[in-house]
Amino acid sequence: METVQEEAATLAQPKKTTTVTGSVALLEGLIAEGTETIFGYPGGAIMPIYDAIYDYKDKLNHILVRHEQCAAHAAQGFARTSGKVGVVFATSGPGATNLITGLADAQIDSTPLVCITGQVFATLLGTDAFQETDVINISAPVTKWNYQVTDASEIPAALAKAFYIARSGRPGPVLIDITKNAQMQLFEYEGYTPCNHIRSYRPKPIVRNEYIEQAAALINSAKKPFILFGQGVLLGSAEQEFKAFVEKSGIPAAWTILGAGAIPTDHPLNVGMLGMHGNYGPNVQTNSCDVMIAIGMRFDDRVTGRLDKYAKQAKVVHLDIDPAEIDKNVKADVPVWGDCKETLPLLTALITERTHEAWLAEFKAFEKIEQEELIQKELDPQTGELTMGEVINQLNFLTKGEAVIVSDVGQHQMVACRYGKLNTTRLSVTSGGLGTMGFGLPAAIGAKFGAPNRTVIAVIGDGGFQMTLQELGTIMQFGVDVKILILNNQFLGMVRQWQQLFNEKRYSFVDITSPDFVKLADSYSIAGKRVTEREDLIPGLEEMLSNPGSFLLEVMVAKEHNVFPMVPQGSSVSEIRLK
Amino acid sequence: MSDSKDIELGNSKQEFTITVYTENQIGILNRIAIIFSRRKINIESLNVSPSEIEHIHRFNILITETEDVVKKLARQIEKQVEVLKVYANTNDDIIWQELALYKVPTEIVAEKVFVERLLRENGARVVVIRKNYTIFETTGHRSETDKLIEVLQPYGLIEFVRSARVAIIKDSEGFNSKLREFERLEPGQEVIENEFLDKEKNVFTM
Repeated sequence: METVQEEAATLAQPKKTTTVTGSVALLEGLIAEGTETIFGYPGGAIMPIYDAIYDYKDKLNHILVRHEQCAAHAAQGFARTSGKVGVVFATSGPGATNLITGLADAQIDSTPLVCITGQVFATLLGTDAFQETDVINISAPVTKWNYQVTDASEIPAALAKAFYIARSGRPGPVLIDITKNAQMQLFEYEGYTPCNHIRSYRPKPIVRNEYIEQAAALINSAKKPFILFGQGVLLGSAEQEFKAFVEKSGIPAAWTILGAGAIPTDHPLNVGMLGMHGNYGPNVQTNSCDVMIAIGMRFDDRVTGRLDKYAKQAKVVHLDIDPAEIDKNVKADVPVWGDCKETLPLLTALITERTHEAWLAEFKAFEKIEQEELIQKELDPQTGELTMGEVINQLNFLTKGEAVIVSDVGQHQMVACRYGKLNTTRLSVTSGGLGTMGFGLPAAIGAKFGAPNRTVIAVIGDGGFQMTLQELGTIMQFGVDVKILILNNQFLGMVRQWQQLFNEKRYSFVDITSPDFVKLADSYSIAGKRVTEREDLIPGLEEMLSNPGSFLLEVMVAKEHNVFPMVPQGSSVSEIRLK
Repeated sequence: MSDSKDIELGNSKQEFTITVYTENQIGILNRIAIIFSRRKINIESLNVSPSEIEHIHRFNILITETEDVVKKLARQIEKQVEVLKVYANTNDDIIWQELALYKVPTEIVAEKVFVERLLRENGARVVVIRKNYTIFETTGHRSETDKLIEVLQPYGLIEFVRSARVAIIKDSEGFNSKLREFERLEPGQEVIENEFLDKEKNVFTM
């Protein structure tokens, strides 16, 4: 707190200012926030910012994508692997509307983004000017916060708020729309002051000890406790705190697809994936556990299946930073509000060190059934058509769980998430909540910028790849080292699977033809190979991984293969089907 | 919170008045409105106006919903960055009024003495008298303002308008002290209430 004298002194000496344009202030602010990479696409209404960035090429690395949607997905990939805020530039009108899918994806998956859109001159707002669109209202439901700047002097404070809101609390995408006049306008710039408080915004609820104590008491008395963890552990950078909690409590822990990697795949207490295509044990045991400890997860319907038959026998302890998630889908008996990086150590301190051998043995028994009836055939079929599972399995042997696996959406995504080996955190990037086909390729580009020292593999289906394949151009132009692994089953496989199982094989518009992907990659000067036979799989994967720079490997897999286990929609998790 | 068991279970619809304190920021009205429209919940009445505190606006939103739904809505509203505080109350918890204006031909009012009596009975006050028309005003609950429409209809009611509900929360201690807490970097616990601890209170908050 400043004393009165200090305050008076500050007032007496006017702050040093420089006269700059709004665009320069924006770029200075981005640098002050630690931004190095921007994913964007220029256009008329954002030209002043692009003119300014011309002189900032040594400080800001701008990646020219081929479609604004992909700028948003690339920024998401960057944010997921780096833990930093992804930054996006787009112009007004179509540039801004093209961002919406990416914003929606980032909003539902809590990914921190700051998107800057150009806007027509303030005097033209509301006149249906060329490339004018009401992006503030269009993006309102899919942003954590948004703001329209019409005067250059607002830029530093708006940007500071944007970063603070995007990264604090439950992260999310933020959009700042800047009219062209504000980008060009000269003003007295006082320097950049980061934001750390907004009176109407509380990023985290205050931790209440009574709930920590109640939760600990429940956990200590539990006979069959079960941990469900989600992306909150990663977003809170609480992996160590989480591991300590799991290990001291000895409780089996299962993950949502966005929580994957919070503890390593091989951890003895990691019992697998939850949800519609999750593992057998975690789904069945959901309806047998006596205490359920949900950490940084939001009980999505793909995780819970039929809610009125979901864990009705269990006492639920829910740890979440977002009060709106408590009781939203599943009623919590003990709501532990707060940042799990703070709440988990408090909880760990109060729990008794235990092992739950008999209970864990039950999980092992389910795992054995799943292995024998399903996983072995999937991962090592020996004969017949290639399976998606064996591709991922062979990939695991080669990457040893150290690579970033970015997946698109569909069957291959479920397979990549189920079987992908992750030794550490932030290695799995996927579109969870929104299920955005076309996410994979652009997200992989961003993921590589976020984790430049890791191998980044984009596992994509033949359908999803064709939604955003123009990003091969970005990969080519910027020499992004992304390994593209297309699992081609010549179908929109997940929809086909549902049509087979629930619509009497009435295959309605799921038969999709593809171009020659290898030739396509070649036209972008990206090396590629197509694998159709089992004996070529390992050499193909090896070539892909050892190739300096990007590579496209297309693997022809079984056309009509289904992802199992599966909790059919409208069924309880314990009614999970193995076939 | 209410007398009926059904309502305590949270699964029976009733009127709720949601009070929201927000920053005076362009766009926040839309952000709040879409929380309802996304769930296909109709806002029956909406009042937005400056509160007693400078730069802070107060919303009164009237909906008919179950307590469970209202709680979830309240949390989604409070999640908005520019929202300071949300309260959701049943009719038992609040004192509320609506304002209504009625335009009738002056000649009828002037000629028919019993109209004057009806107006007095219904607590109406004259706002303006012009040669052609007279404007009356009443405040009250919906049923009261409705009743005067019925009364005036046979006498050539020309135009009618009703405001949204405005409501005062009986148990509220005001917002000034809370705001000072919000302005601190580390707000105290007394302002960050937790509804799970405050179940006995009539006002539930986040």
